[in-house]
Amino acid sequence: MESVEPQIAEWRAYVASAAGVNGHDVDELEDHLRNQIAELNAVGLAPDEAFLVAVKRMGDVDALSREFAREHSGRLWKQLVLSGDDEPARASGGWLTPLAFAAGAAVAVQVARLAASFPDEEPTWLARNATLFVLPFLAAYFARQRQLDTRQWVLTGTPFVLAALVVNLYPWGGGSSTEAFGTDSDTEALVILGLPVALWFVVAFPYMDGTVRSHERRMDFVRFTGEWFIYYVLIALGGGVLMGLTAAILEPAGIDVDRVAEWVLPSGAAGAVVVAAWLVESKQRVVENMAPVLTMLFTPLFAVMLACAAVVYAVTGLGGAFDRELVGVLDALLVVVLGLVLYGMSARDPSTSEPGWMDGIQLVAVVSALVLDLMVLGAMVARIGDLGFTPNRTAALGLNLVLLVNLAGAAWLAARFLRRRGTFHQLERWQTSYLPVFALWAAAVVVVLPPLFGFD
Amino acid sequence: MHIDKDLVAASATPLVLAILAEGESYGYAILKRVRALSGGELEWTDGMLYPLLHRLRRLGYVTTEWRTPPEGRRRQYYMLTDDGRAALADQRRQWETVSRALNDIWRDQGRLLTAASEA
Repeated sequence: MESVEPQIAEWRAYVASAAGVNGHDVDELEDHLRNQIAELNAVGLAPDEAFLVAVKRMGDVDALSREFAREHSGRLWKQLVLSGDDEPARASGGWLTPLAFAAGAAVAVQVARLAASFPDEEPTWLARNATLFVLPFLAAYFARQRQLDTRQWVLTGTPFVLAALVVNLYPWGGGSSTEAFGTDSDTEALVILGLPVALWFVVAFPYMDGTVRSHERRMDFVRFTGEWFIYYVLIALGGGVLMGLTAAILEPAGIDVDRVAEWVLPSGAAGAVVVAAWLVESKQRVVENMAPVLTMLFTPLFAVMLACAAVVYAVTGLGGAFDRELVGVLDALLVVVLGLVLYGMSARDPSTSEPGWMDGIQLVAVVSALVLDLMVLGAMVARIGDLGFTPNRTAALGLNLVLLVNLAGAAWLAARFLRRRGTFHQLERWQTSYLPVFALWAAAVVVVLPPLFGFD
Repeated sequence: MHIDKDLVAASATPLVLAILAEGESYGYAILKRVRALSGGELEWTDGMLYPLLHRLRRLGYVTTEWRTPPEGRRRQYYMLTDDGRAALADQRRQWETVSRALNDIWRDQGRLLTAASEA
C-alpha cells in the first residue's frame, strides 16, 4: 500500500480542510478509507485503483462536510456559510432591507422623542413605550427575512399590540415609593424593566421561522441573543468614540453638542438594534470565532467571582442581612451568569460529547450561583415575612424562584454529565425547555403585577 | 434494484442501532455488516455513516471509545447504551407496524389478482 500513501495524505488534508470536520472525524474517516483499500487490495485491485474506488465510495467531500457540519452544530446557521447546492442558502437579503427597518426604528424613536419633548420633559409614557418603538421593527425584519405567512405575521404582531394596550391603558397612578425611571410607581418601573425582556422573547417567534417547539431553534435563538449583544456593545463603543470625536470637532465651531446628541443618540441606539441583528445573521463567521473565546475567558472569571462571593457570604453570615440594593445587584449578577452559561452552552463545540474542563467550570459557576440564589431567597422570604409583599419584592421573589429551579436542574444534569451518567444533550434540552418560563415570568410582571398591586 | 434515497436514510438509524445491539463495533465493520445484510442492495455513501454515528452519540444512544487493537490503527468503537436500546425497540415497533400494513394490503391485493385471473 506504500504507493498510495501520498494520495491518502493528500485526501486527508483535503477532508480536514472542509468546514465542520474535525481532527477526530478525519482520523476515523482515514481508518475507514484504509480498511476499504486493504479489502479491495485483497480481492486483487491495484493499490491506486483501490484508492480511487475507496474514495469514490466515501462520497463527495462537500456533501460529507455539510452533513458533519449539520450534525456538529445541528444548527441552521452553519449551512449559511457552506456552499450547499441542494439546500438553498438563506439569503441575508443584502443590506438594504435591514437598513430600511433600522431607519424605521430610528424614525419611530425620534418621533416619540419629539412628541414627548424629551429630554426637557420626561413623561413616563415614553419610558414605558420605548421598547415598542424598536422591537416591532426587529420582529418585522425577521418575519420578512424568514418569509412568514400571514397567520405567522399576525401571531408575531399580536403580542406587541397587547403590550401596547397594557402599558398605555393601565391607569398608572403616582405611587408613594422612591422614584425610579422618572416614575414613583413601583409597578410602572417594573413594567419598564420587564417589557423589553418579554418582548425579546416575542422576537424569538419570527426568528425561529414562526415555530416555537424546535429545541434546536431555541438554542439558535439563545446563541443569537448572545451574539447580538456582543455586536450591539461593539456598535455602541464605536458610536461612543464617534460621538466623542464629533463633539470635539463641533464644539470649537460653536455648535451645541448636546442638541446634536439628543437627535443622534436615541435614533442610533434604536437603529443599532436591527443592524446588530443583521450583522449576526450575515457576518456569522466573525462572531463565531470570537464568541467561544469570550465565553472561555469570562466563564472561569465569573465562576471564581461567584464561588468567592458564595463562600464569603456563607462564612461571614452576611447572608442574613442582604439589603434591598444588594439583592438587586445579586439578581442582576445571577441573570448575567445564567446568560453566560446558556450562551456558553450554545457556543459549545458539539463534536466533543465528552465532558471537558469548561463543563466543570460551568458547573462551579452554576452551583455557586445556586448557593447565592438560595441565600438571596432566604433573605427575601425573611423580608417579606417582616414587611409583607410589595411589587418589587414579588417580582424579585418570582425571579429568584424561577432562577432557583433552573439552576438546580442545570446543576443536577451538569453533574450527571460530568460523571458520564447523562449526556450534554439532556442539559441542553433542560435549558431550551425552560426558556418559556422566563418569558412567562417577564410577561406576568408586565401584565399581572400592576393590577395586583393597584398600580402602586 | 434501486432503493429510494429517503428510504435508505430512514432505515439507517434502526439498522445501525440493531447492528450495535449485536455488540460493540466500529465504522468500517458496521458498514460491511450493512452491505452483507442487504446483499449489497442498500447503497450507502460510506462517509455518511460517521455523521449518523455522531448524532446517535449526541442523543446518548451510543457511547464511544478510542482503542488500538493489537495489530493495527487506533479506531473509535461504538457501544449501545440503555437509551439506545430503548430507541431501537421504539424504532422496531414503528417499522413492524409499517411493514405489517404494507404486507397486509399487498397480500389482499395478491389474492384479488389471483381470484380475478381464475374467474
